[in-house]
Amino acid sequence: MRIGIDVGGTNTDAVLLDGRQVLASVKTSTTADVTSGIVAAIDGLQRQRAFDPAAVRAVMIGTTHFINALVEAHRLAPTAAVRLSLPAGASLPPMVDWPQRLVDAVSGRSYLVHGGHEFDGRHIAELDESELRKAADDMGAAGVRSVAITSVFSPVNAEFETRAAEIISAQLPDVAISLSHEIGRIGLLERENATVINAALRELAAHIVDGLAASVTGAGITAPLYLSQNDGTLMDVDFARRYPVATFASGPTNSMRGAAVLSGLDTCAVVDVGGTTSDVGVLRQGFPREATTDVSVAGIRTNFRMPDVLSIGLGGGSRVRGNVTVGPDSVGYELTSKALVFGGDTLTATDIAVAAGRADIGDASLVAHLDRSLVRSALEKIAAEVSDVVERMRTSAEPLPVVAVGGGSVLLPDELAGCGEVHRPENYAVANAIGAAIAQIGGEVDRVYVIEPGRRESVVDEAKQEAIDRAVAAGASPASVGIVDFDEVPIPYLPGNATRIRVKAVGDLQLGA
Amino acid sequence: MREITEADLADIARGAAILGTGGGGDPYIGRLLATAAVRADGPVPLVPLADLDDDAVVLPVAMMGAPTVMVEKLPSAEQVGLAARTLAGYLGKELTHIACAEAGGVNSLIPVVAAAQLGLPLVDADGMGRAFPELQMVLPTLYGIRATPMSIADEKGNRGVLDTVDNHWAERLARSATIDMGCSAMISNYAMSGAQAREALVPGTLSLCAELGALVRAARAAHEDPVARVVDRLGGRRLFSGKVVDVARRTVTGFARGEARLSGMDGDTGAELVLRFQNEHLVAERDGVVEASVPDLICTLERESGEAVTTEGLRYGQRVTVIAAPADPRWHTPEGLALAGPRYFGYDIDPIGVAG
Repeated sequence: MRIGIDVGGTNTDAVLLDGRQVLASVKTSTTADVTSGIVAAIDGLQRQRAFDPAAVRAVMIGTTHFINALVEAHRLAPTAAVRLSLPAGASLPPMVDWPQRLVDAVSGRSYLVHGGHEFDGRHIAELDESELRKAADDMGAAGVRSVAITSVFSPVNAEFETRAAEIISAQLPDVAISLSHEIGRIGLLERENATVINAALRELAAHIVDGLAASVTGAGITAPLYLSQNDGTLMDVDFARRYPVATFASGPTNSMRGAAVLSGLDTCAVVDVGGTTSDVGVLRQGFPREATTDVSVAGIRTNFRMPDVLSIGLGGGSRVRGNVTVGPDSVGYELTSKALVFGGDTLTATDIAVAAGRADIGDASLVAHLDRSLVRSALEKIAAEVSDVVERMRTSAEPLPVVAVGGGSVLLPDELAGCGEVHRPENYAVANAIGAAIAQIGGEVDRVYVIEPGRRESVVDEAKQEAIDRAVAAGASPASVGIVDFDEVPIPYLPGNATRIRVKAVGDLQLGA
Repeated sequence: MREITEADLADIARGAAILGTGGGGDPYIGRLLATAAVRADGPVPLVPLADLDDDAVVLPVAMMGAPTVMVEKLPSAEQVGLAARTLAGYLGKELTHIACAEAGGVNSLIPVVAAAQLGLPLVDADGMGRAFPELQMVLPTLYGIRATPMSIADEKGNRGVLDTVDNHWAERLARSATIDMGCSAMISNYAMSGAQAREALVPGTLSLCAELGALVRAARAAHEDPVARVVDRLGGRRLFSGKVVDVARRTVTGFARGEARLSGMDGDTGAELVLRFQNEHLVAERDGVVEASVPDLICTLERESGEAVTTEGLRYGQRVTVIAAPADPRWHTPEGLALAGPRYFGYDIDPIGVAG
């Protein structure tokens, strides 16, 4: 058995799974301290279907906690950015394009030091260790508690970042250190930004992860705890302490992955209808298609891999007006006091669903008076908007199966014009927790290779093998690991057929006996 | 626009990406560099081409190398101005103006950095009216203005001056030096007098970048179609709207060659467009018929936002609108076509002009 938990801004959802079978599922309110909400969720599962805690072999948690902490500039550690690049890079110092509010929130200090690599692995300059020691002195005096180290072309060669970490740790043994080559890909500012964000979240991560672990062991569960990452794969607790930034987009990813498992479809469009919005994403081979543009988080440009999701203002709480519009505004968390079926005075999409006999929520007699043609037009409107978004996300002429999840998905018809049948799997309301529970373990390589004539195949094989090795090292069962993503982009104006290769390998989590 | 201030740079960057016709690199770094320079040294006066005195000394400045390297190995603070200073020193002349070699991508913004650092005005003009991949592909070549002497400078302080027998040698030697310098260097070349600049450059292109960027921004804010605004302003036409369904790339003699296949949407449902590119978009073929080609501009814009998509950024599933716009008419002369027409790029077709 395994337990999946999704800690969202409003709800904490939990499921108990045996293989892919859902034994129990609960929705509870998210609490300010997070952990008591998780304790309540595990209790809820236990009440619904008594289980032996010792029989739980893994607990997977998806959380929006860290991204919220950044957005709210809350509990961020005093952080220093160290960049190994001089004489290059001085034109644009670390945090150059950050909102000042966040620079202040992390008491951002930056240090430029000699070092870094050229694209082909030559040194820009030798690492200047005395400069680094001086910087460490200054950081110590300034009360820095977390350090982000970024070296030019460290995805090609990480030696300087590793050495700089040794030097700084020797002098400041208590500071946390984040290394950019372990966090981001080519694109110095974006990778450095992600690394500084990660560094600023390290103390909070230690605290939260300890709390999560305590609430799980408090329930008598001794199985390992994992957190889900942006790309739908898992990290262990130790990794989560070091790389909180990797949890940033796990929410939509978990919903989509859960939808895939529940429906048995691994290539489909997923429509997640919540209270306020509907999010539409596309799964290819069970993994979300990624956004192709750089992603801004709280006004900071980063190059994380984020799922490509289109959102529209249409959900169970959307206001329905006269002649006939649905949304984009919503009654939100006030649904249970404002909707007609709850005795309120606002016509919402939920009232339409009840009047049409698609949902049994509140008091159906309170919407019995609604004009049938109004109900029909509103449902048609909802269906048309959703099928338009699905159509926009579709990438080929072949029809893409549509899977509807989330509490509001009762609003959708059984068939969408141009898209065909809508799959509405059992347990659709807790798809996100299921997505967390079934997440896999991955490994990734993103590097510029110089491909000599006739060697392309062996270079590609080498990159794929390294991604597989990384997945296995992270805890994937070797037999289950496969390549799920491969991208090869020749780089213009570089000699020797330089090619940037990105490979992702993913496998099932190897669980102890 | 009488001077370029910090507030103008986002628009210039957005518009420069459009004129970059898929190439020219991501102008984000260029915008940040220009912002830093304008903050440090103040706004840059922008001078109309027609206002140049005959004996003005005009120096174009540009980045040469791989944009992918530049986003990782950022320039040093002095590197940009150093290229211009070096060439001025070799020429033994007092500079009066900085200019753009190409309008498009990062090279619309590097000259802003140089002008700010040197405290010189920038000429509102460039050598192409778009982006092209090789350094001899500028209109000054047609007027007999030589690419050399040219300077090249890296972030370490290494500098070189090349004085070559022709412009093709300049391209070849500068390319070698750039690679040794770590594939991201600053250059200055095509030094010209004010009289030569007035004749050989394309006027108004920096203002045009700023205007295009502002149009896109305003159209989005007003929930209007930004792509239509760009098409109108460039006097071009909309070729195709569709989804990218296939991108094939390969490297040929150091350049990223490739094709993207688009499956039609909206009014183009059922049709297919093939984009052929080498850093920049070169040919657009609709259902096997060439609809537009170099030297005219073929620009790929995100269908909703109007943001330019670079050829490196083309990905399966993107929803884009492809537009074509007329190049400076001098590119359509026999000499211009010899330098940058379809046959130069290996396509055995006559250029297809976009009706203005």
